[in-house]
Amino acid sequence: MRAFSLIRCGLAFVSLACAAGLPAAAQGPQTTPSTWAPVSTPAHEIYGLSLFVLLITGAIFAVVAGLLVFVIIRFRERESDAKHEPAQIYGSVQVELAWTVIPILIVVVLFLTTARIIFAIQDEPKPQSALDVTVIGHQFWWEFRYPKLNVVTANELHVPLSTHRDPEPTYLRLLSADVDHSFWVPQLAGKTDLIPNHPNEMWMDPQKPGLYLGQCAQFCGIEHAKMLIRVYVDTPQEFDEWVKEQQQPAVDDPAVAAGRHIFESEACANCHTILGTSAHGTFGPDLTHLMSRSTIAAGAAANTPDNLRAWIHDPNTFKPGVLMPAMQLSDQETNEVVAYLATLH
Amino acid sequence: MADQTYPIPGSFDATPSRGAAMLEWLHSWVVTVDHKKLGILYILYALVFLLVAGAEAMAIRIQLAVPHNHFLSPELYNEFLTMHGTTMVFLVGMTIIFGFGNYLVPLMIGARDMAFPRLNAFSFWMTAFGGLLLYYSFIGGFGLYGMGNAPDVTWWAYAPLTAKAFTPGHNTDYWALALIVMGFGTLGAAINTLATAFSMRCRGMTLLRMPLFVWLMVVTSGLTLITITPLTAAQVMLILDRYLGAHFFDAQAGGAPIVWMHFFWIFGHPEVYVLILPAFGIASEIIPVFSRKAIFGYPAMVAASVGIAFVSTTVWAHHMFTVGMTSVSNTFFVLSTMMVGVPTSIKIFNWIATMWGGKIRFTTPMLFCIAFVFQFLCAGLTGIMLSIAPWDWQLHNSYFVIAHFHYTLTGSFVFCMFAALYYWYPKMTGRMLSEKLGKWHFWLFLIGFHVTFDTMHFLGILGMPRSIYTYEPDRGWTTLNSIVSAGAFIQAIAVLILAWNLISSYLHGEKAGNDPWDAWTLEWATPSPPPAYNFAEDQVVRSRRPLWDLKHPNDPDWKYER
Amino acid sequence: MSTLPIFADEEWRLPSRGRVAMLSLIVGESAIFTIFVVAYIYYIGRSTYGPTPRILEVPIFNTICLLSSSLTILLAEHAIKLGRMRTFGLWWAITILLGLEFIGGTAIEWHKMIFVDGLSIRTNLFGTTFYSLVGLHATHVVIGLIGLSLIMLFTLLGRVEQRHAERIQVFSLYWHFVDAVWVVVFTVVYIVGR
Repeated sequence: MRAFSLIRCGLAFVSLACAAGLPAAAQGPQTTPSTWAPVSTPAHEIYGLSLFVLLITGAIFAVVAGLLVFVIIRFRERESDAKHEPAQIYGSVQVELAWTVIPILIVVVLFLTTARIIFAIQDEPKPQSALDVTVIGHQFWWEFRYPKLNVVTANELHVPLSTHRDPEPTYLRLLSADVDHSFWVPQLAGKTDLIPNHPNEMWMDPQKPGLYLGQCAQFCGIEHAKMLIRVYVDTPQEFDEWVKEQQQPAVDDPAVAAGRHIFESEACANCHTILGTSAHGTFGPDLTHLMSRSTIAAGAAANTPDNLRAWIHDPNTFKPGVLMPAMQLSDQETNEVVAYLATLH
Repeated sequence: MADQTYPIPGSFDATPSRGAAMLEWLHSWVVTVDHKKLGILYILYALVFLLVAGAEAMAIRIQLAVPHNHFLSPELYNEFLTMHGTTMVFLVGMTIIFGFGNYLVPLMIGARDMAFPRLNAFSFWMTAFGGLLLYYSFIGGFGLYGMGNAPDVTWWAYAPLTAKAFTPGHNTDYWALALIVMGFGTLGAAINTLATAFSMRCRGMTLLRMPLFVWLMVVTSGLTLITITPLTAAQVMLILDRYLGAHFFDAQAGGAPIVWMHFFWIFGHPEVYVLILPAFGIASEIIPVFSRKAIFGYPAMVAASVGIAFVSTTVWAHHMFTVGMTSVSNTFFVLSTMMVGVPTSIKIFNWIATMWGGKIRFTTPMLFCIAFVFQFLCAGLTGIMLSIAPWDWQLHNSYFVIAHFHYTLTGSFVFCMFAALYYWYPKMTGRMLSEKLGKWHFWLFLIGFHVTFDTMHFLGILGMPRSIYTYEPDRGWTTLNSIVSAGAFIQAIAVLILAWNLISSYLHGEKAGNDPWDAWTLEWATPSPPPAYNFAEDQVVRSRRPLWDLKHPNDPDWKYER
Repeated sequence: MSTLPIFADEEWRLPSRGRVAMLSLIVGESAIFTIFVVAYIYYIGRSTYGPTPRILEVPIFNTICLLSSSLTILLAEHAIKLGRMRTFGLWWAITILLGLEFIGGTAIEWHKMIFVDGLSIRTNLFGTTFYSLVGLHATHVVIGLIGLSLIMLFTLLGRVEQRHAERIQVFSLYWHFVDAVWVVVFTVVYIVGR
C-alpha cells in the first residue's frame, strides 16, 4: 500500500514539474510551433489566460487529489479491525451545499475572465493600417492573395512586423475552395477554420521578425498532414521589397524558352498561373515567383531542382494521393521545364 | 438444467453426443432472450472489439513513433484512425454499457428479466450485425487506393469532405449505414431499460431506493433517446445527399457544411456523457462496498446525474469554437460547458466522502475505481481548460484534445469497465478472477496509460495537430511521440494479461459463491451464476441496501435513510 | 431475503411497461423530427435557384382527415374499454380510411409538384428539405397504417377482446404522436415557410 501511494505522489509531482518546466522547453528550437512562445497579440492574450487558468486548475488539483491521496492512506483497512463495519454516514446537506457553491463561484470567475478575452480578440476593431490577405484553402495547399497589392502566392505567407509604435496588423479573410480546412500558426494566433460558403476572419500582429510554422488543423483528406504553412514576418523594408518583387510578372529568360513552351502547351497551364505567360490556370498554386519560396508542395519537400524534377515526374513521391497528376513528360522535357521554373524568382 | 430424461426399460441410450450437446449449447446462446446471456454477449462483443480497436491504435502509434515513417500509408492510416475512434465509441463503449446494464438492471431491481426480452435480443443482434457491416468495409471492395473501403473521413466525418464529389468511394457509406443499423439496436436497448426500471421494480423499491447503477442506466437511456437519434437523422441526410442528389450540406446549392457540424455535435457531445454515466454508476456501486460504507449523498448523486444529462445537451458547440461563431455564441457555450463541471465535481466529492471514515479494501476493482477518480479529476480539469474558448482556439484539434478525451474515455470509462469486470465476473461465471493477475493488469495499465497520455498533453501545447499520418522532424515532437508510443505497448501487454485472466479464471478460478465481496444490493442475493428465473421468490425491500438490512438486523438502513 | 413484514397490505403500483416504452419511443422519434424541422427552418429562403414554396397548395382537406383520425381512434379506444367490440371495429376502420386518404392526398400533391412544378429532392434546397421532412412524416403514417391494418385484421378474425384495451391504448399513442408531428410540420412548412 505504501508503494502504491508513493507512486501516486511521484506521478503527481512529475506532472507538475513538467508543467512548470514547459515554458522553458517551449521556447525550444525556433521551428517548434509552440503555443507557449507567442509573438503576436492574440497568441499573447491566450498564453496569459492559459497561465491564469492553469493556476486555478492547479490549485483545484492540489486540493482534491491531495484529499484523495490522504483518504486512501488514512482510511485503509488494517488487519486488526476487519471485523466491525465503520460508522455509516449517509450524507450531509451542508457539505453538499458547500461543494456546490464553491465550484459555481470558481466557474463565475473563470467565465468572466474568458468572456473578456473572447471579446478582446474577436471584436477588436480593425485599424486603417491593417494589411488585408485573403486565404483560400485547397486540398492540399494554401492560396494567399493580397487584394490591395495585386499579389498572389501560395503556401508561404509574408506579413509585415507590427510594433506598438507602428501597428500594422494583418487581417486574414478565410475562404475554402473545396472542403473544410483550418489555419493554425500557434505562435501568431489561435486557429480559425476555412469553411466553404462561410467566410471567416482572423488577425495577427507579429512583434518579432522571423519564420513561424504552422499547418492545416482540420482533416481535409488524404494529405491533410502535408498541408504546411510558413509565415515570414518581415521588417517593413523587407516586406516592401518582397511585395515589389511579387508584383512583377514572371522572369522571361530566353535561355529556358523551351521549358516555358512546354509549360504553356502541356497540361501545366490548365492548373497553374504564371503572370506574363499564357498560363492562367487557378486549380493549382500560382508559380510566377516559385523560386521565392523555400519549399514546394505546401512544405512537403524543399524547393530544389531535384525535388522539382521528382515532383513533376510523379507527385506521389512526396504526397501520395495529391490532386496533381503525374505529368507523363519525357526526361528531356522534365529537365527543360525544371530549368524554366528555376528562373522564376 | 431443466431437461431430464427418464430411463424407459428396454430403450436405447438417447444421451446426445458431445458434438450435439455443443451445438445445442451454442444454439441456446444464439436464440436466447435471457437478459443475462444477452448481457454477456454484449460484453464479449465489446471485449473482442476492444482488442481490434486496440490493435488499430498500436498501428497508429507505431506509424507516429518517428517522423516520416512508412509503416502505414496515408490512406491506411486515415482508415485506421477513423475505425479506431468509431469502433471504440460504438462497438466497445455503447455495447459494454448496455451489456452491464442488461445483466445487472433486472437483478438489481428484483425482476425476472427485462421488460421486453425479444426486443432485447433484437437490439443485440442489430448492434452486432451493424458492427460487422462496419468491419466488412475493409474487405468489401477494392477501394479508391486499393486499401478496401473502410471509412477514412475521421469519426466525425465532416461535410463536405463526405460529399460524393470529395469521397466518391464507399467508405462514407459503410460508416453511415453501419451506424444507422447499430442505432436501431441502441434505441431498442434504451427503451427496454427505461421500461424495465420504471415498470418492473420489486415491491418496496421506490425510485429513490434503486441502486445508483440502475439510476445511471435510466438517465443514460433517457439521454440516449435524444442523442443517437440526431446522428441517425444527420446520417440519413448524408446518404440522401450522396445518393439522391439532395443538398443538405452542398455549399454550392446554398447548403451549409456547418449544419453537419451542429447536428453531429448535438449527437457527439451528449454521446460521451452516455458513455461516462454508466461508468459513474459502476463506481458508485464498487466504492461503497470496498470502503464498507453507504454511498455519501445518494439524493445528491441522483440529482447530479440528472443535471449532467440535461446540461450536456446544451454544450455541443464547444467543439466548434473555431468555426467562426459570434463572440456572443462562443461565450454562451463557454458558460454552459463550465456549468457541466459543477454536478460532475459534486460526484467526485461524494466518492471521496464515501471513502472518508471507511475501511478501504484494495481489491482489484477498488484499485481501478480509485485510479478512475484521480483520472476523472484530471480529465475534468483539462476539460475546463478546453472550455476556455480562446485557449481552445489554440488547443482545438491538437493532441491536447486527444489527451483530454483519452483521459475521460480510457482513464475514466475503461478503468470503470475493468473494475466492473473484476467485480461482477464472479456473479456471471461463478468464479473469481485471479487477484494476482488483476494487480499486474492494473499496475501495468496504469503506468502505460500515464506514460502515453500525460505526455500527449505537451504535444498539443507544442502545436501538434491531430489526424496527421506523419509530422516533420524539425518540429521538436519526435521524442515525445516516441514516449507516447512506448506507453501504448505497456497498455497492450496489460490488456493481454486481462484477456488471459478472463479465460484461465473461467476454467480454473476459485469458486465464488453468492456474495464474495460482502455487498448489499439484490444481485448478490442470487447464486453465482443466477438461475434463468433470477429469484426464487418475489423480493420485498425497505431500503437502498436490502442485504445490509438482512446482515445487520439491529441496525438496518431504513432507520437512517431520508 | 424476501419477506420483510411491512408492505403486505400496501399497494404497489407501477406504470405499464408498454406505456413507458411507447413514450420513450416517441421521445426518440421527436428528436429525429426536430433535426429535420431545424434543417427545414434554417434553409428557408436559401435556395439559390429553382421552385420556391410559392408552389405549395395548403393541404387543408388532408390535414382535416388526419387530425380527425385522432378523434376516431380515441372513440375506438373508448369503445374497447367498454367492451363494445363492433363499435371499436367501426371506428378503427374509419381511422384507417382517414389515414389512407391522407397518404393518397399527399401522393397527389407530390405528383403535381414533381411533374408540373418540376420540384424533386435533388432540384434545390427547398426540394431537399421539403421532401425529406414531409416524407419522413409520411413514412411514419405508413408504418402506423400497417399497424392499424394488422389490428383490424385481428379484430375481424375475432382475436381482439376487451382485455386488450390497454395495448390498444399504447398503440394509439403512436398514432396520436404522428398526428401531433403533422401539426408541427404543417405549421412550419405551409404557414411559416411560405
